[in-house]
Parts: sequence; C-alpha cells; structure tokens
Amino acid sequence: MQRKDHLPTTAYIVMTALLGAALCLCVCIGSVNIPLADTLRVLRDVFSGTPQEEGLNASIILSVRLPRVLCVALSGAALSLAGAAMQGLLKNPLADGSTLGVSSGASLGAVISIAFGITFPSLPFAGTVVMAVLFAFLSLLLILSLAWKLDSSLSTNTIILIGVIFSMFVSSLMNIIITFSADRVQHITFWTMGSLQGSSYMNAGVLGAVLTICTSVLLSLAEELNAFAVGEENAAHIGVSVRRVKLTVLITVSVLIGVCVAIGGTISFVGLVTPHMVRMITGPNHRRLLPLSLFSGAIFLMLADLAARTLLSPRELPIGVVTSIVGAVVFIFIFYKTRKGR
Amino acid sequence: MLEVKDLTIRYGNFTAVEGLSFSVEEGQWLMLVGPNGAGKSTVLSAIAQTTPYSGEIYFQGEPLRSMKSDLRASRIGILAQNHFVGYSFSVEEVIRLGRYSHTRGFLAEKRTDNEAAVAQALELTGMTGQRHQSVLTLSGGELQRTFLAQVLAQDPQLLLLDEPTNHLDLVYQKQVFSLIREWLQRPERAVISVVHDLSLAKAYGSHAILLDRGRTVSSGRLKEVMTAEHLNQVYRMDVAEWMKKLLSEWDRTASR
Repeated sequence: MQRKDHLPTTAYIVMTALLGAALCLCVCIGSVNIPLADTLRVLRDVFSGTPQEEGLNASIILSVRLPRVLCVALSGAALSLAGAAMQGLLKNPLADGSTLGVSSGASLGAVISIAFGITFPSLPFAGTVVMAVLFAFLSLLLILSLAWKLDSSLSTNTIILIGVIFSMFVSSLMNIIITFSADRVQHITFWTMGSLQGSSYMNAGVLGAVLTICTSVLLSLAEELNAFAVGEENAAHIGVSVRRVKLTVLITVSVLIGVCVAIGGTISFVGLVTPHMVRMITGPNHRRLLPLSLFSGAIFLMLADLAARTLLSPRELPIGVVTSIVGAVVFIFIFYKTRKGR
Repeated sequence: MLEVKDLTIRYGNFTAVEGLSFSVEEGQWLMLVGPNGAGKSTVLSAIAQTTPYSGEIYFQGEPLRSMKSDLRASRIGILAQNHFVGYSFSVEEVIRLGRYSHTRGFLAEKRTDNEAAVAQALELTGMTGQRHQSVLTLSGGELQRTFLAQVLAQDPQLLLLDEPTNHLDLVYQKQVFSLIREWLQRPERAVISVVHDLSLAKAYGSHAILLDRGRTVSSGRLKEVMTAEHLNQVYRMDVAEWMKKLLSEWDRTASR
C-alpha cells in the first residue's frame, strides 16, 4: 500500500544512483588513481563470479579499497540512522551519538576490552563489539536518566551539557587505562580518532547484518517516532506504548553506535549532519527521513573518507577529524536556528 | 462508561488528589471545577494513564491500568493544555497521528476511513485551508485547533479536555464549545473537561465536580454542585457578586 507520506520510488532510484557513483569515485581515487573503466571491470567480475584477472589494480581495489569503502558506507548509514532515530525520540535536533556522549561510552567499552584482553573464544572481534554495544547502552541510560532528573522536559541544553561532561569524564577514564597499558597505546588511540583504515570484508559483513536488522526495526517504528517528535506526552495520548518504543529505539541505537565504534572508532557528528540536511529537504516525517538518512549518511561518510585520504596526500587524516570539522559548523548552525525559533 | 474509585495521586510528599470517586455516563459533560492547584488536570492525566495513581479507574467495566495503550487511545482521547512541537510537521501530519490507535493490528481500519476521519477533523476545526502548513508557523490558537482536530480524528468515546479554549479568542471559544456539544449528541459519547471560566462551565456542563486542594467539595448534577454556597466556600470570595460586577462594568462601557 503506497501512502502519500512514503518516499516516492524515484527518490530511491536517484539515491541508489548517487550511492553507486560515490562508491565508484571512492574506489577509483586514492594514493594510486585507478581508471573508472578498470574499477568497473573488476567490480563486474566480482559480482558475476568470473575468475579474477591478476594485477596491481585489481588487488588494490579488492583487498584494500573495496572493503574500506563498504565499511565507510555502512558506518555512515548506521550512524546517520541512529542520529535520526534519536533526534525523533528525544524531540531534539542536536541529539547524536557524539553530542550525547554515547560514542565516548562505546569507545570506553572497546578500550577496556582491548586493554584487558576481553575476547570470546573463536570470535576474535566479538569482545570489542559486545563491550562497545553494552557500554553504549549503559551510557545512554545513564545520560538520559541524569538529564531526566535534572530537567524532565529533556531540553536541548541540558542533554548536550550532560553529554559533554560525560564525554570528558569518559576520556579521563580512558587516559587512566591507557597509562596502565603502555604496550597497547598505539592500538587504543585509534578509537579516539576514528579510522576505517584496514577494514576487512568481515567487518563489512557484521556492519551489514546489524544495519539490516536495526533498519527494519526502526522503519517499523517510523510512525511512533513521528509521534515522539511531535511530543512524548502527545505520543502517550494517541496510544503509543511509550515505554516499549523508547526502550526498543534506545537498544537499537546503542547497537548501531556500539558496532560502528567497535569497527571504526569514534566518528563524530555524522548522525547530526545528514538527518538535518534530509529534514530540510523532506520535512521531519520519519517515513521519509529514515530511509533518506541511510543513503545520505553513507554518501556523506564516503566523501568525508575520500577527503581524509586525499586532501593531505600522501598523509592520511583520521576520518573523524573531517566529520568533526563539518559537524561542528552544522551543530552551531542548528543550535542558532533552534534558539532563534523560540 | 467511566468509573473512578478512590483515586489518590501523590508527588513525593505532596498529595495532589485524595480519595476521589465519581462516574461518568453516556451523554454527560462533566466539568471539573476549582481553583488553581485543586488537582483538576491531574485527574485527567490519571485517566489518560500518564500519571501514576492509586485506586482504580474502569472504562466500561475494564480496568484502564492494564488496558493496552492503543486500545485505550481508541476509546479515550485527551486534549492537552499546551503543545510544543519540535519539528516542522504539517498540520495534516499531526492530525493524522490521531488515527494511530485505529491503524494498528488486525482491526486496522481501511485507509479510506482514515482519510475521511482526517478530512472531517480538518473541516470541523476550520483548519482545512492550512492543512499543508508547518505547525511551527501557527499561532497559539491555530495550534490548539490542530490538536483538537487530532483528538477528533482519534474518534474516542470519552473526550478529556484540559482548558480547551486556553489560547483561543472569543469567536473560537464559542465555536469549540458548540462543536463539542454537537460531538456529544452522538450516542455512546461523554466529555470530561477542566474549565477555569465558571460561566462556560455553567453554560455547557451537565454534571460537575468541585475540587479544592485535591478533595471533592461537591459532585453531581451541575446545578446542585455549582451553587453560590459551594463556590464561595471554595474560592473564598463572593463569586456571583464578582461576576455580576464584571458584567455590569461591561454593560456600562458598552452603552456609551
């Protein structure tokens, strides 16, 4: 059944085309530029299952660029989706993993698992993921209940303030851990900057699976998120099961942010920038906002990663630096607009 | 239709409502009257299950506490006093949310019914012309009418109104009260409203409960509740005298 507040099919076609274009661009450009025709041929061979031709370009594309670009795109989509959902739930356009301190919490979990060597037998990488997700959820609960105690209207300023304080607290805890585990400093500092260098297909697979599940959960709650974005009290009045929806969204968001942090470190502001831009185009209805945020988050982070790799070539910037520079500007802009709107 | 038994609501050490019992039957318009802090709005939020309470509230014999929220909302609608929308939803999007409880589960109604309910609510509240406008650009009165339209689209049997004409000028105040009186004409419907304006309460209500600091002073038929004696006791002044003085002032200036 096509409702008129759903996204038109043409929008999906356009976004898929843009996504594909960004993907090709990011695979082609880098320290070694690969002609588009070569890239397309290699990709076509992969998808059609024909035997790989040997060659430097093919190996750069398949073992370095493609897994990384896939991880970047999936992380971007996941972070953007998480941001959009949280902004709806809290009726706060500045809510995001990084502004609330959830990403910091998740990286603390990841750092603890690395420093103390918490792993699951036969799943080398699950320890970090599980700890990051767990810490993301716990910090979200802590931040929101603190904010609730201080100011039950959950106003923008209170939440952001608590998020900042919480991030500072967490980063000092991380510094303590780093001090005591000098042999792993190199590995740990990675989390604080955010980078998807050296991503593997397994990372992309985990991200893809998590994103698929979380997307279907959140899309099924689009109408409930609309109700929360209008107001939590109103949501209760029209019959939304407020507790159930809130808990489901918070868990889903924690999983999304936790997994992204475990794989790519703290990449700030993605969930703030793209949903905001989408909202300016399509309005705040989550039936349109959520799917478009997925696409634009993926495209935004791929372009940010491209900038990180190429701007100061041959040096590579951490991707989190690029998103923070863009995000800080957008943050100020949104903050200014919400203050003025009063 | 609605039965409230021994309702008590506490916030920490503060008792907002104590030992309140009453019932509402089909066709009644119950006015909750009393000074500020009497607990009128708190009673409404307890019925809407947004405030924790002790005691029991039954709707058609079923305890509301354990009723699923979407089922409850398809029977009981509430119009809040203040609204702060965070994002630029359109008027129509906000009103359509009123259909939420009817569009879920196996008993989901047909799309055409939903569209008809939304269109009718827009029409009744005079918001049809502004249906695509962003709610952030509305005046206080238009916003109130948008949420009134939402609760009408919700098509409940029991309508709870918290100061429904708080932000409305006289023209719309009259329109809204007449509209609700007409809404009430249909079978199996009832209204409970909190109204500060005692004249409005007298003009439209059929029954009333007079509250003072969380306790019932009098309840029953409006005429028996809103007597000079009761009102003067609760408001600690000669209410009728004050009203007459205001009106005579109005006559004097109008006749010039």
